[in-house]
Amino acid sequence: MHSTFHASQHGPTLRQRLAANGFDAVTMLVLPAALFLVLLFIYPFAFGLVLSFEPKNTDASWLANYSRFFADPFLYETIAKTLWLSVPTTLINLFLAVPIAFRVRLMRNQRILTAILVLPITLGTVLVAEGLLNYLGPQGWLNRTLMTIGLIDQPVRLLHNYWGVFISLLLTGFPFTFLLTLSYVTGIDPALEQAAATLGAGAWQRFRHVYLPLLMPGFAITFCLSFVQAFSVFPSAVLLGAPAGPTRVISIAAYQAAFEEYDYSMASAIAMIMGFVQLAIVVAVLASRGLFYRGPASGAKG
Amino acid sequence: MTIALSQFDEVRLDHVSRDFGTLNALRDVSLTIKRGEFVALLGPSGCGKSTTLNCIAGLLPVTGGSIWLDKSRVDTLKPEERGFGMVFQNYALFPHLNVRQNIGFGLKMRGTARVEMERKIDEALALVRLQGQEHKLPGQLSGGQQQRVAIARAIVIEPPLVLMDEPLSNLDAKLRLEMRAEIRRIHNELGATTIYVTHDQDEALSLADRIVVLRDGMIRQVGSPKELYEAPAHLDVADFMGFRNKLKGKVISNHGGHAVIDVEGAQFRGLAREDLPVGTSAFVAIRPDDLMLTEPGGNALKATVETIEYRGREFVGTARSSQGADFVFRSHHSVEPGGSIHLTVADERVLIFADQA
Amino acid sequence: MIRDTTIGAKLWATAVWAVVGFFILNLFAMIGTVITSSFGTRWLGTWLPAGWTTRWYSSAWSEFQLGDVLIVSFQVVGLVVLISGVLGVTAAYALARREFPGKRLVMLLFLLPLLIPPITFGIPLATVLYQTGLAGTFWGVVAANLVPTVPFVILVMIPFIEQIDPKIEAAARVFGANTFKLFIHVLLPLLLPGILASLLLVLVRTIAMFELTFLVAGPTSQTLVVALYYAVFAAGVRAVQSIDAMAVIYMATTLIWLLVALRFVNPAQIVTRAKQQPAH
Repeated sequence: MHSTFHASQHGPTLRQRLAANGFDAVTMLVLPAALFLVLLFIYPFAFGLVLSFEPKNTDASWLANYSRFFADPFLYETIAKTLWLSVPTTLINLFLAVPIAFRVRLMRNQRILTAILVLPITLGTVLVAEGLLNYLGPQGWLNRTLMTIGLIDQPVRLLHNYWGVFISLLLTGFPFTFLLTLSYVTGIDPALEQAAATLGAGAWQRFRHVYLPLLMPGFAITFCLSFVQAFSVFPSAVLLGAPAGPTRVISIAAYQAAFEEYDYSMASAIAMIMGFVQLAIVVAVLASRGLFYRGPASGAKG
Repeated sequence: MTIALSQFDEVRLDHVSRDFGTLNALRDVSLTIKRGEFVALLGPSGCGKSTTLNCIAGLLPVTGGSIWLDKSRVDTLKPEERGFGMVFQNYALFPHLNVRQNIGFGLKMRGTARVEMERKIDEALALVRLQGQEHKLPGQLSGGQQQRVAIARAIVIEPPLVLMDEPLSNLDAKLRLEMRAEIRRIHNELGATTIYVTHDQDEALSLADRIVVLRDGMIRQVGSPKELYEAPAHLDVADFMGFRNKLKGKVISNHGGHAVIDVEGAQFRGLAREDLPVGTSAFVAIRPDDLMLTEPGGNALKATVETIEYRGREFVGTARSSQGADFVFRSHHSVEPGGSIHLTVADERVLIFADQA
Repeated sequence: MIRDTTIGAKLWATAVWAVVGFFILNLFAMIGTVITSSFGTRWLGTWLPAGWTTRWYSSAWSEFQLGDVLIVSFQVVGLVVLISGVLGVTAAYALARREFPGKRLVMLLFLLPLLIPPITFGIPLATVLYQTGLAGTFWGVVAANLVPTVPFVILVMIPFIEQIDPKIEAAARVFGANTFKLFIHVLLPLLLPGILASLLLVLVRTIAMFELTFLVAGPTSQTLVVALYYAVFAAGVRAVQSIDAMAVIYMATTLIWLLVALRFVNPAQIVTRAKQQPAH
């Protein structure tokens, strides 16, 4: 029997070495999709960033777009206006979604409810805006009902102001927030709650001391994703809001710069600012996530 | 039986190695397997036995050496071009195909004519005794039945070589014995050349014509089950063959392979399996079955009983010597934990190995 | 599961269900308003229209050239589904089966287009497409819509591919299947449910994808949702009922596919499967 050790006559080939590091023909299958996204996602972002420093007026300084944005209240106020819409609606959606998710978790047939809730997401913001134009109008069913019940004497004005956009953000945002929350809530091993109950914890204590610490990271992510969606509100702000006044959100400013003034440089600058504000809030929320427990939430087997 | 296996004389692994990583590496493995032989690759996990099998199947590329089927080199071929049959550890049955389609998969890939294919599938089904189950999906079968499908799928293509990768490790103890007998029966009926990977020495001993013990990607010993069981060449092979008690001592004398070792004052005589100069450190290897309880005095090793378990026909206990060496013994009567015992062993049952460290 | 039976707990549960009920009631009422209006003759200051008619549908059809718009929509959606399927499934296969340096970076590349809202990356994307002359064309719309759908297919398919034992592929190889046969006889049948589910979701999302199409579409490359936006934006030019009829046609095209999709996927997947990834 040969058990002597002798150096192999030829070392591994380049192909073998690449394969050992995970680069073989199968890995290359990732290339078309990756290339496509580099071309149509990364490159436009980089291009937009560079373009935002090359103002349309070639004599202006490279920061002209940004200094103009932060000097003109018509422009810089869009940040506050957008936040004023997106933060309250996101918080309301999250605070409603949590207790409902805890309730729905106990349901045997969640499918019908989730199917109904997925409707506004599938129909999209344009259709919801179009529907609300009818429904919230002075002669719409909502005002009629409220007047019939006697809650109000004359129609409440809900269109072409802050509240129209606010309501549409609740209608399209809640299902999204809820379904995300539900997926986190159902991901927690019910045995943990049962263990807490056998140790004498009441319903509120179980929520406060078992679920909440485990769910905080999930809620933080849910908040971020919902907020980012709400912050980029566009069609409903135009159709339901007052696009020249209180609901002149940042995406409208970007759109107008690009497609009404044909100032792509300025539009890119605004898009970069929009992305930056979203990023800043997300980073702030996720950084605070570090304060909470992060790890498996399904007991020992997790 | 008309399942006729392709004719060839030998499979030869010529200095096969796989250089990547520390684990799953192979170093210079050479081995020749004759037609009709049942060879078991035995070793602990990570020893390279599955890597060897996957290299032969073509699922892992070799980085040195070559694999030959008689005069034709096969290690450069793709797995689908080698034509071997393989039984996987978790069976790897196609979950969307029924039993018939699973067994017929290899024939279909080869473009076998329909009538012939049906005939061969029927024969394979009969061979593994699965008639009547043929239209079920794998998910509807028990573990043992899935195993039979996996075996039928491997032999129906009449491969020159059948590769089995720990085929019984997913079965419970009773079924494992049953399937072991089945594999033996099918091998006897067909005479298929088989390479069988396992970490279970009982399986290897009972099934194989020849056993190859691997460790750290190298071959440690090759031999018949009887040779390996009675005369392991190294301490780790002995350990694998059931010599669970390894007591460290000093070589007092060594005459023509018959050595005397002093272990904590007790003297053991036995067969030296390696070069053992007097005065060097060595290991005495003894099977638990061979340690017998005896009266105090003479050459007996004194120890304290730690645990004792009832195993039906006998008791199995663990004990610790005054110097702290742990060992396992068997006894026909119970002894109290904490009590003192004296153990002895017949000289011909003792093997002595050099202390490698 | 632990259910409380105290009065407080029951009140709490009732309150929770009341909120859900209120939400769903308003949602259905909103949809109901659109449908009612589209079939009404004159509807001013009453609960229901004065009479019923279907003529708004034919007028919407001709006024908004819905025939052309629908053809463009289905062509865009069809191509997006097809291309994102091919690009997405192949990339997902590589990511599910191989570990390689830089894999996390590639995963990030596929996550970002799903996390960043379309309007944020849509404006730089539209700028680039206008520079290259692709914007306004049919292919520009298809390309823009692929940016979020390719990553979506990838993220839905990765766990699906991961759950298929690689040993099954090894077995197919050993038993004589080359790459093509392996794909046809083993991978495709096993992956079909996942591919179907992810592509149906892509289809539903693309029909409703407003922002990207809006930013890059020209007059001849509008999809239904963009046409609807312009119609609502220019309200007053056309009869409200006509716009509502168009909205109902849009809803029908979306909901038919949603119903088909719901046969194959859990509704929560429309939101969560892709969005859950960053949690880990």
